[in-house]
Amino acid sequence: MSATTIDHSPSHAAGEHGHHDNYLVAKKGISSWIWTVDHKRLGIMYLAAVILFFIVGGLAAIAVRTELMNPTKDIMDADAYNRMFTLHGAVMVFLVIIPSIPASLGNFVLPLMLGAKDVAFPKLNLASFWVYVLGAAFFIATLVTGGVDTGWTFYTPYSIKTSSSATIALLGAFILGFSSIFTGINFLVTIHKMRAPGLTWDRLPLFVWALYATALMQVLATPVLAITLGLLVLERTIHIGIFDPVYGGDPVLFQHFFWFYSHPAVYIMIVPGFGMISELITVHSRKGIFGYKPIAISSVAIAFIGFLVWGHHLFVSSQSALAGSIFSFLTFAVAVPTAIKVFSWIATLYKGSIQYTTPMVYALSFLFLFSIGGLTGLFLGSLSVDVHLTDTYFVIAHFHYVMMGGTIIAFIGGVHHWWHKFTGKNYNEKIGVIAAIIIFVGFNVTFFTQFIFGSQGMPRRYWSYLEQYHTGHMISTYGSYLLAVGLFLALFNLLASLRNKGVAPERWRGVSLEWETATPPIEHNFESIPVVTAGPYDFPEVRAARTGNGH
Amino acid sequence: MSSATNAHDDAHGQAHHKFHQHHFLTMAQQASSAKFGMWLFLGQEVLFFSGLFMAYFVFRALYPETWLHSAEYLSKTMGGINTVVLLYSSLTMALAVRSAQLSDKKGLIINLIQTIVCAFIFMVVKYFEYSAKFDHGFLPGALYHGHEFIPGRPELFFTVYFTMTGLHGIHVVAGIGVLFWILKRAIRGDFDSTYYIPVENVGLYWHLVDLVWIFLFPLLYLVR
Ligand code: HEM
Ligand SMILES: [Cu+2]
Repeated sequence: MSATTIDHSPSHAAGEHGHHDNYLVAKKGISSWIWTVDHKRLGIMYLAAVILFFIVGGLAAIAVRTELMNPTKDIMDADAYNRMFTLHGAVMVFLVIIPSIPASLGNFVLPLMLGAKDVAFPKLNLASFWVYVLGAAFFIATLVTGGVDTGWTFYTPYSIKTSSSATIALLGAFILGFSSIFTGINFLVTIHKMRAPGLTWDRLPLFVWALYATALMQVLATPVLAITLGLLVLERTIHIGIFDPVYGGDPVLFQHFFWFYSHPAVYIMIVPGFGMISELITVHSRKGIFGYKPIAISSVAIAFIGFLVWGHHLFVSSQSALAGSIFSFLTFAVAVPTAIKVFSWIATLYKGSIQYTTPMVYALSFLFLFSIGGLTGLFLGSLSVDVHLTDTYFVIAHFHYVMMGGTIIAFIGGVHHWWHKFTGKNYNEKIGVIAAIIIFVGFNVTFFTQFIFGSQGMPRRYWSYLEQYHTGHMISTYGSYLLAVGLFLALFNLLASLRNKGVAPERWRGVSLEWETATPPIEHNFESIPVVTAGPYDFPEVRAARTGNGH
Repeated sequence: MSSATNAHDDAHGQAHHKFHQHHFLTMAQQASSAKFGMWLFLGQEVLFFSGLFMAYFVFRALYPETWLHSAEYLSKTMGGINTVVLLYSSLTMALAVRSAQLSDKKGLIINLIQTIVCAFIFMVVKYFEYSAKFDHGFLPGALYHGHEFIPGRPELFFTVYFTMTGLHGIHVVAGIGVLFWILKRAIRGDFDSTYYIPVENVGLYWHLVDLVWIFLFPLLYLVR
């Protein structure tokens, strides 16, 4: 993107330049972190929190898989099992995936990419972090009060009746929603109002476009979840009857409300991953993106169509056949912009100088895994097929391929991509690549098997099962152990790099503005306001090729 | 980093404004960001209410006769008074914004106080309305124990009534809070023609609260 910067500041005499400290050491002491309004520090705090909860949710997953090793009891009874998978799902969705890319990486990188000193509302940003922590505290509190056994979807009427501490979890999710809304508002305003001179909409890095579409959905969908969960809390506490047939209410109304949020929410989860992949593929193959505009616009198109397909979660919930057919059709429509992206990435790789760096290995696994996840989504979107597949492990496998194989893989790739920018340290590349490959293999062993025994009829959320599924479950459980090994290896590899002294040399760089700042960036991001004169993927290699052709 | 901020201001030929925040290049950028943020927040509010409106229409379609009869037990007089009060408060709020733009401190303070008084009147009327409903057992869901005969599911009508007006009431109370904050700043002399965006934003919020009520009143009170 690059090129020029203007120095507005006569007061910045030459000698003064060296004295700006990087954001990690500019202010000292624990309270300088707790009350920080610096988007970079907040990004790092989110990153730490997300990784922490990823470990919590991951340990719950290992417990669930271990229990499923055999059809009989392995480590916990059926009640504990229900609580365990709910904990896993709720933590992963609300505390990990939703904030993962936008709130941690996005917070850090967005203002840098825009050439701004901070997000538009730094205090709101701080508030949103602590609201997140408060919501997380409610989730943790359910552990002490006996757990929740409804599944992350909180379906009525069971969620009205269950005696476990569902109310606390609902309040937690309610609070977390506001953290998400605040971040969304902040990002939208930042992208609209804080761009550096010359940074027109068609020069924005695609990561920014993705954050834009995500923020739009966060602001428009999350309040519906908030009101829904609020009503459910009232239902549980004073029995207002809105979802309860005893008083004339309608339990399926809850499903409509819930999915009106939660289908857009799955795009809140994946679209930032799309943005991340656009950065990884271009920078690590040194090619301009193929189809910049289609990729940018398709994010927004997904955000829009994503609001119209919630009914595909209710194919078997007494929805009329006509409504079902319409939702089925619209579900196919949403796959179109998604496919546009995947093909554009592949076209970008074509004739690029692909470097098998750690982030690139993650990007390639994303392409593979997300394609499987998206295509199986189409199986599920086909009305008649879904009647057979719904509530089986096929659905579980589908959404793990998109959420873990998509978002989480893109997130880990992004952490590796910008690790040097964040910390100034280099991790061991060889171990990084090995960990990525172990994760890829472990993931497929765990979840591909679930497609198979899911399509054979193994229902989801069951503690026990018929003997015919035994082998499949065993393979899946061993795969999950391998996956865990890979993930811990990646984490240790990153953390080990923090022990190195000084700032390591840069191993790759792009031309978007985040690469123009110091590493780690100074507290106010730029010594002077950058002026943008070219596109976000105009690498020197790309320019050279262009002039070469011209002659 | 004030040096850098000053530097930018110099570049734009502006003096440093007392309320200029460091990360914005100009006051104009700061003001348009704040306003855009407020509009997004209002959009969020609309969707927050939308779930309840949806529930209203679903249950009204399911139990039309309940809606017809239950609404008769709401006081059109009190609802009407509150509608007028809120409309008037929207006017005074708009005048407050205009006073701020004209650097008219006295007008600003008087109009803000009027708005706050209206908000209190609204809540007092609401209090009397709610207590009448409590007395007659017109309560949501399981709490309902009204004796008058209403066909269908009156408990659901009152669930919808209390959740909608209750959420709206919470917004009025929050509005009172922010209006007091703005009043305090107005008395301190923070606002003039160069800086009035907080007044304008609170105004936008207050108009939304008014607008929601403009929908609630006919939907709940004027069914017949
Ligand atoms: C090509 C795009 C996609 C299509 C056509 C699609 C389609 C579907 C359908 C029809 C279902 C309902 C299956 C059932 O319950 O019977 C479903 C479930 C699900 N999908 Fe997708 N999907 C797509 C992408 C995604 C993405 C990107 C995510 C998340 C990042 C996602 C997450 C989920 C989740 C979490 C569920 C299950 C929710 C539950 O019941 O617990 N999907 N998908
Ligand atoms: Cu969906």
